[in-house]
Amino acid sequence: MATDSNRDQILSSLRRSRGRDGPVDEATAESLRARIAGHKRNIVPARTDTDHAGLVDLFETMAQKVFATTTRVSDMAEVPDAVAEYLRGANLPSEVVMAPDTDLDAAPWADTSMLEIRRGVPDEPDQVSITSAPSAVAETGTLAMYSGPAHPSTLNFVPETHVVVLPASRVVKSYEDVFDAVRELTADPDRGGLPPRTVNFITGPSRSGDIEQTLLLGAHGPRRLHIVIVEDD
Amino acid sequence: MTTSSTVHSTSRNFKNNARDQLANEDLQAALNKARGHFVDGRATARDNLPEFDDLRDQARGIKDHTLEHLDFYLEAYEEKVVESGGHVHWARTAADAQQIVLDICRSVDAKQVNKGKSMIGEEIEINKALEADGIRPIETDLGEYIIQLRGELPSHIIAPAVHLTKAQVEASFRENHTELDEDRVLEEPLSLLDEARTILRKKYFEAEVGITGANLLIAETGSSIIVTNEGNGDLSQLIPKVHIVLASLEKIVPTLEDAATILRVLARSATGQEFSSYTTLSTGPKREGDPDGPEQYHVILLDNGRTDMLGTEFEEMLRCIRCGACMNHCPVYQSVGGHAYGWVYPGPMGSVLSPGLIGVDEAGHLPNASSFCGRCEEVCPMHIPLPKMMRHWREREFESHLSPGSVRVGLGVWSFFARRPRLYQLATGLQMRMLSWMGRKRGRLSSVPLAKGWTKYRELPAPQGRTFQSRWRSGERV
Repeated sequence: MATDSNRDQILSSLRRSRGRDGPVDEATAESLRARIAGHKRNIVPARTDTDHAGLVDLFETMAQKVFATTTRVSDMAEVPDAVAEYLRGANLPSEVVMAPDTDLDAAPWADTSMLEIRRGVPDEPDQVSITSAPSAVAETGTLAMYSGPAHPSTLNFVPETHVVVLPASRVVKSYEDVFDAVRELTADPDRGGLPPRTVNFITGPSRSGDIEQTLLLGAHGPRRLHIVIVEDD
Repeated sequence: MTTSSTVHSTSRNFKNNARDQLANEDLQAALNKARGHFVDGRATARDNLPEFDDLRDQARGIKDHTLEHLDFYLEAYEEKVVESGGHVHWARTAADAQQIVLDICRSVDAKQVNKGKSMIGEEIEINKALEADGIRPIETDLGEYIIQLRGELPSHIIAPAVHLTKAQVEASFRENHTELDEDRVLEEPLSLLDEARTILRKKYFEAEVGITGANLLIAETGSSIIVTNEGNGDLSQLIPKVHIVLASLEKIVPTLEDAATILRVLARSATGQEFSSYTTLSTGPKREGDPDGPEQYHVILLDNGRTDMLGTEFEEMLRCIRCGACMNHCPVYQSVGGHAYGWVYPGPMGSVLSPGLIGVDEAGHLPNASSFCGRCEEVCPMHIPLPKMMRHWREREFESHLSPGSVRVGLGVWSFFARRPRLYQLATGLQMRMLSWMGRKRGRLSSVPLAKGWTKYRELPAPQGRTFQSRWRSGERV
């Protein structure tokens, strides 16, 4: 398919347009490499200039504005009841598919007879998923999810209802804070220097405005996003 | 070879297209509903973020810096994609890109390809190429799904079906979903969405290949980013075993922080959201031990005329992040809709980009579809001087003798007089007196020789009889 010659032709027209007949000179290359390695932050909105309790409040307000629902509980022990109560209140099934995530093992799921739990990846008929979130951005009420053996990304999209367990201590200010966390994870030698395959920033449930610009929730991803905030601070 | 390189555009017929669209009642009803929605949404989002204009300035700076060193950043990006187990394919033309997609699909014996919304997919007419090869492309974005059923082009870069009323969508669903109960109620937008959701749900699990576009590519990490609201792009890339990303090469930025700045202005400018529902970073194929995700990850970097715009007066167009704010605020687009423009990119950004990509012969008179009110440049998050570039295209169109004969003769006559000031004054003086005499009864003219196009829809106030220059000379300077 001759993409090699395509590559050469494209690169050489790019260079010609800059009046060069080869790559950038070594000094420039050095400065561009430094720009990447430095990954300097640009303007970060000042709305997150507040203490941590303020950030958690901001996260919750912003998430509600985009039609997520939230509950707060004081520790992991209360999570299963809070989830069961939410599902019952919304008339949703009690069969759930849950991430094989050790973070979630801290909650006493076995004590709640209200839930039928299966761990793993979702199938098409699954109605409710439960995952934790490794991070959440206060700026816009956005959850950040990283794929991995214990974190199937399809749990974020396939079931109609997505319940997220979020320890309040994981709320950060900005997307930039999440990027730093991902870089830290990437540096872990066990990971072979690679970031997670998929990082999902999730801001509210799925929505569409494609029919006469009417806002509709639940286009293809979840119709409902429910966040249980665990006040672990 | 099953690929096609002929461009299917009707941009040459803009004038006739526009006339038809103005008379299309469904379109006018649909455009009326959309009008306030986007404009108010953007204004509110801007008001809610004091840093909005500073972010726009930074975003422009990031893109300018990247365009200046595009070859460097693309090579750096490629290295990272390969490092994370992905593949990069370079495509000079639409036909090259089609061929690469087909080769990948054949290698896994694909029967069905699920697609997230991709304007590059529209630009290279990938669905046609797949169908010609016996592969079924399924559009999964609700708007794209609707127009695929109807065999139409998108009429807006972020809201592909904005030209349709819900009654038209209902009619298309009834015509196509014949396996469903004929007596079902489908009046409300929600029932239409539910029907599409149910039908597409099964299809998500059937495809061997998923194709998405990319809003951004990150040189630092080799990641691609898609920004969506429905979640269909994620389902399309997570479930099939192969994920193909279609991206034009100017989508690249150096770092994740640079991407964050652009993301902060993108959704606000587009739909007025603070952040879209889903912003997804994809880096390579699934890792060892991952329970889901694609086994193969391919990125196709498309040029298709873009490198030829670099280093010219159209270079700044490559800063475009495809938010659609220019068309949402354009009085011409708001009146004639996207299909009148005749190709995949409508509105002011299309009027500048299309002649660059498919040639001034094909799309050269789109830049005339402008009142030069300047709203597009004002709301563009990347400060692209769209009106100025439309003027450049008009000059090119004139230079390449593409403007109609009557225009060329008219301008020729004008320039003859303009270069001879005495003769010019004499001629304009005569003309003023004549027009004044013609309109002496009503003070208005309902028909003027050589200006019928203007007087067809309105009357020309009759001049008072003297030219500006003669009044100036006689001392009327107040």
